[in-house]
This record gives sequence, C-alpha cells and structure tokens, in this order.
Amino acid sequence: MSIFAPVGVPELQPAGTEPPPPRPGPAARAVRHLGRGGAQVVVVAIGLWWLMPILGLAVTSMRSPADNSATGWWTVLSKPAQLTLRNYEGLLADGRLTHALWNTVLISVPSTVLVVAIGAAAAYPLAWLEFRGRYALTLLLVGLIAVPVQVAIIPVARMFRLLGVYGSIPAVVAFHVAFGLPFAIFLLRSFFVAIPPDLIESARMDGGSEFAIFRRVVLPLGAPALASLAVFQFVWVWNDLIVALVFADSDSAPITSAIQEQMRSFPSNIDVIAPGAFVSMAVPLLAFLLFQRFFKQSVLAGSVR
Amino acid sequence: MAQTGRTWTAARSSAAAWFLAPAVLLVAVLVLVPIGQTLWLSLHDAAGRDAVGAANYADIFTAPEIRRALLNNAIWIVVVPNLVTAVGLLAAVLAQRVRRSTAVRVVLFMPMAISLVSAGVTFRLVYDESPDRGVLNAVVVGVHDTFKPPSQYHGARARDGQALTPRDGGLQTTQPVTDREPVLLPLVGLAPRQLPKSATQAGTSGIVQGTGLRGVVWSDFLAVGGRPGAVDTGELGLPGVDVEVLRSGTVVARTRTAADGTFHLPQLTGQDYVVRLAAGNFTEPFAGLTWLGPSLVTPALIGTYIWIWAGFAMALVTAGLAAIPKETLEAARIDGAGEWQVLRAVTVPLMRPVLMVVLLTLTVNVLKVFDLVLVLAPESAQGPASVVALEMWRSSFDNIGRSSALGILLLVLALPGVLYNVHRLRRSER
Repeated sequence: MSIFAPVGVPELQPAGTEPPPPRPGPAARAVRHLGRGGAQVVVVAIGLWWLMPILGLAVTSMRSPADNSATGWWTVLSKPAQLTLRNYEGLLADGRLTHALWNTVLISVPSTVLVVAIGAAAAYPLAWLEFRGRYALTLLLVGLIAVPVQVAIIPVARMFRLLGVYGSIPAVVAFHVAFGLPFAIFLLRSFFVAIPPDLIESARMDGGSEFAIFRRVVLPLGAPALASLAVFQFVWVWNDLIVALVFADSDSAPITSAIQEQMRSFPSNIDVIAPGAFVSMAVPLLAFLLFQRFFKQSVLAGSVR
Repeated sequence: MAQTGRTWTAARSSAAAWFLAPAVLLVAVLVLVPIGQTLWLSLHDAAGRDAVGAANYADIFTAPEIRRALLNNAIWIVVVPNLVTAVGLLAAVLAQRVRRSTAVRVVLFMPMAISLVSAGVTFRLVYDESPDRGVLNAVVVGVHDTFKPPSQYHGARARDGQALTPRDGGLQTTQPVTDREPVLLPLVGLAPRQLPKSATQAGTSGIVQGTGLRGVVWSDFLAVGGRPGAVDTGELGLPGVDVEVLRSGTVVARTRTAADGTFHLPQLTGQDYVVRLAAGNFTEPFAGLTWLGPSLVTPALIGTYIWIWAGFAMALVTAGLAAIPKETLEAARIDGAGEWQVLRAVTVPLMRPVLMVVLLTLTVNVLKVFDLVLVLAPESAQGPASVVALEMWRSSFDNIGRSSALGILLLVLALPGVLYNVHRLRRSER
C-alpha cells in the first residue's frame, strides 16, 4: 500500500542522550501568541469558503436567466431586488422535473423501508441465533460492502430485460435494496450484538418465539441503529445517479438523471437546472441537519463502501 | 433433555433461515450471481457471445481513451486521499482551538449529504470561465489585478498605413524619426470607456515649438469627421502610455505620456530614432483560468471532491483527536515543542490508525467517481477528465466484453476496501 502517505514516527533515542529542547524562536512565540486569533480567522474563512458554493447555487436559482448570464450571483448583495421565485414557478409549471422529483421519492422511500426491514431481519439471526455457516455468511456479506455496483449492472440489466421489468421503478428499487443490504446488515448486526444477552435469554425463557423476540426486544432496542441506517440509506439512494442511469427509463428517471440530461445545455437551461439541483439537494441536507447524529454515525461506520 | 435441546436448536435454525431468506435471496440474485456473470462476460466479445480469452483485458490496457481514464484514476488515487486527509487534519486541529467549532464541523460535513450531481451543478457555477459570473475566476482575477494591474489600452491598433507597425506585442514607428518635428502616433480601436477620465484634448501646441524628440499619442477617431493621422479638435490624448526611444537597437530613453498624450525628451537631438510604444500598454486583461478546459479539468474535479469529503476526514480525525490524552500534548509543549512540531511528532503518529482509515476510505471511494465527471465536466472536457467508472458505463452500450472487464477491474481495485472490512469484522469478533 505505497499509496499511503508516510507517517512520521518519532525516533527513539537512548535515555539521557536527547538534545535539550530548542527554545522556541521569536517567530514560534509570536505564532503561539497570535495562534488563537489566527486560528479563529482561518476556521471562519474555511467555513465561509465551504458554504459559498451552496449559497451561490441558492442565489443563482432565484435570479432571472438574463441576470445570471450578465453578472455573478454575488451582485445580489448590492441589488437584492434581483431575487425572484420565477424559476421555481417555471419548474412547477413545466412538470418534467417535478415528475422526476416524485420518481426520486418513489425510489428512495421504498428502498429505505425495504433495506431497513430486510436488513434488520437478516442481522438478528447473524447476531443472536446459532446455525451452521453463520460466521462465513457474515464475512461474505461484510466483504460485499465495498463491492462497486459497476460489477453487476450489465448482467442485472439483462436479467431485468428478460423479466420485462427493465426501466421500471421496482427494478431500480430492487437493485438499490440488494446493494444496500450488505452494509445494512453489517451496521445493524454490530449494534444488535451489543444488546445485553440477558434481555434476549430471559425473553426466550418466557417462551417467546424468535419472531416475537425480534419484534418486542431487538427492534425497540435497535431503534437508534435503525434510524441511522434509514437516514443513510435514504440519502444514498436519493443522491444516486449511476443506478438510475442504467436501470430507469425516461418515465421513471429520478431528479439526478433528469438534471444530468439537462447539463448538455447548461448555460441556456440554468433557470431549470439551478432550482432543480437546489431542491434535489435541499431534501438530503434537511435530513442531514435534522438527524445529524444518526447520519454521521452511519457515514463513519460505512465509510469503506 | 438432549432431545428437547436438539429440537430447540433445529427450531432456531429454521427461524434463522426465515429471517435470512429475503436478504440472502436478493444478494445472491442481484449481487453474487451477476459478479460471476460479469467475470464470464469479460472473457467474451462485444456482443457477449463468443469467447475471446483475456483479449478484453489486453484491450483495456492499450486503448488510448481507457489508458487516459486509468491514468486519471491513478492521479485521483494518489492525490485525493492525501489531500483530503491533510485538509481534514488541519481543519480538525484548528477547530479544536477556536470557539463555536461545532458550526464549522456541521458546515464542512454538509456536502457529504449532497448528491454528486448537485455538487456538479454547484461547481459548474463556481468554475464559470467568465470572471463576471464564476466566483472563483472573479477572485483569481481580483488577486491578479491587485498585483499586476491590467493595461489600459488593450485592443488598440495603429491606423492602417500610418506611422506605426506592430512589433513584439508593442507598436513602433515605421520610419526613423527626428527631433525636427513632433512625432504623430495615432491609435484606433479604443472603446470610449477605455479612455481614462484624466485624458484631455490631444495636444500639439506645446510640442510643435519645443526642442529635442517630442510627439503625441492619441485616439485618432471621431464619430463624425476627423482626418486620419492628424490631431483634430475633440480627439483625446492617451495619458500614461509607456514610450521607449531606441537608437540602433538599444533603448536610449523611456518616458510616459502626459494627460494630453504628449511626450517630450529635450535631451534627444538629431535623427535615426525609433519610437516604440511598449507591449505592456496593450496586453489583454487577465481573464482568469479555464477551469473546466482539458488541462485543468481534473484538478477542478479534485477540488470539488475535496470540498465534499473534507468534512468526513475532519469528523474521523476529530474523534481520533479526542482520544489523545491531553497530558501527552502538554508534555510535548512543556518540552518546548512548537505547535507545528507537536502536530508532526505527536498528534499525527498517535492518529496513525485513524488516518489510515481515512486514506483507505478515500482510496476506495475515489475509484467510483463517476457522477461528478459526468455532470461537472463539460462534454468537450469529458475525454480528458475520463475515469474508469465512466468508461465502463460508456462502453456498456456498445461493447459488453470491454465494459465487463472494466467492471472486474473496478472490483479488483476495490479489494483493499473489501479486505479492510473483513479484517475489521474478524478483529471485533476476537
């Protein structure tokens, strides 16, 4: 793995032979003095720089095409009267992008529900039931987390054609669910494993069926993990482009592929693209801001995906 | 007792089967079997019918457009993980020492929730080539012009068949000139708004009588009337033009025109002078960089990718930093280490495992970059910006064999991620 940056390791020296610590130079002392204020300035600058592209898109989506082709969005600071909702009205009136947006909802909501439900069901036995091949199956599923979708799209597209479902929303959902499951199972299983064994055992002693235990004990206790997974999966599918490009026909295409199609004539379609992209970004951003902790947790857990 | 135990286990096993069935079925049919089929297709021809052995694999390493994509992917893999980790580390360390750092963490993490399509649209606007529209070029041009102000008279030309000839970007007198009469240097092609406010009526009176080399540079254009090559009433002189005087090829004097466009060098007498208006007067203004052109498109895409992922690296690093004992850092500071030294010699080595996770994550994710190239790069730059995942998708329309081979290549490249996940699981089970 030579791609990794060499990380400096402190050299060890025999005791007593270390050189005396160098007195910090005047520059270093000045830096330390200014450090706090300087750091504050740099951090604020980084934050603003990070916000600026989104602000730019938001403002652009609320300016007329004529204004957008003549001047930059920042002129709004001196001329706030430029702002208009005309582009959004056009978006609603046009119907193509609203249809695509609706398709995105129809794809991402079922995908999320199914991944959470099927994933939770599969994670429970992997965590709490003894059966042969349990460990091997867990390893296999975990190994599939990082497998790129590209390695399956051609055969699956052929299969969907044979079945006559190619291009439909259920086909897109099915593919998303299948590729979402390995990570879902991994995330939920590692959470379920941490449930205190006493709770499961005492439920079994009381004669509860495995399904009852799953529903009455595991699911309620696993709620935070289910929420994490749901937010993550929802955002993931909402934002997908490649699966949509391959499996969705023009009638079931989501907003991402509708925008991608418009990009061919970017400058002339900016009045459609900018509000479309902003709406498409607003939903996952809202999900992120509302469920920050959950989203962050699953992103960090499922990073190598 | 043993009997009941066994039935109990059997019941448990069948319960496990019911719980697992939907997931296993979906994964088997839509993930596992297709992987095998892709491998099989990668050994077959463009239509997926006749076996061709390893020809597709040989093909993907020789076809120029795919080699381009492989090279770009290599650049992505070398540059992006390191840069993102560095930015994330820096931001995390800085944010630790300031107030209200939570806000910055949220802001930096936000792009992780945005689709690459939306990010692509967002950065199309940022990278817009015109400094009047694209915020990045507006900043670049602003900074550039602060250090190197734009020339005033770009676009100016000599009047056809008149005194001046273009040379090395500047203009110089066609014939040798003398001190006997004023040198008339008429220029055309200047928009009225290019003329500075300080410009006054082109002057002749002051220089007609003088001694030494003298002349006038002016805008030889009137909307109505006006004689070509002669100073007319209403024609403005061009102030601030850099004038060089040469004699036998070497510069003997430099000066700058006054508000009425005149210049006067009393010390130069005699003949055989060449007057040159330096190239610096006419250079085109800096218009920013073509971010999404063939040469800069990959760096521009990488910049966007860093914007998306820096918050992720920052979040992981922040969690890692919290685990470093404060005493260790304090001890280093008491020993006289500067902040930079503390970061390099203490923080980074202690954070090694976390940084490795960040690097690995980025390495695997960078492979799949596809949406961003497709959306952010204009069609003309998609060839130069291409990556493996994009070529895979493109060739899926006309060459299933090649496309499958590229799919398998992506899988192989993602193997470090697969192994890492498996390793992480095995370690946690121990």
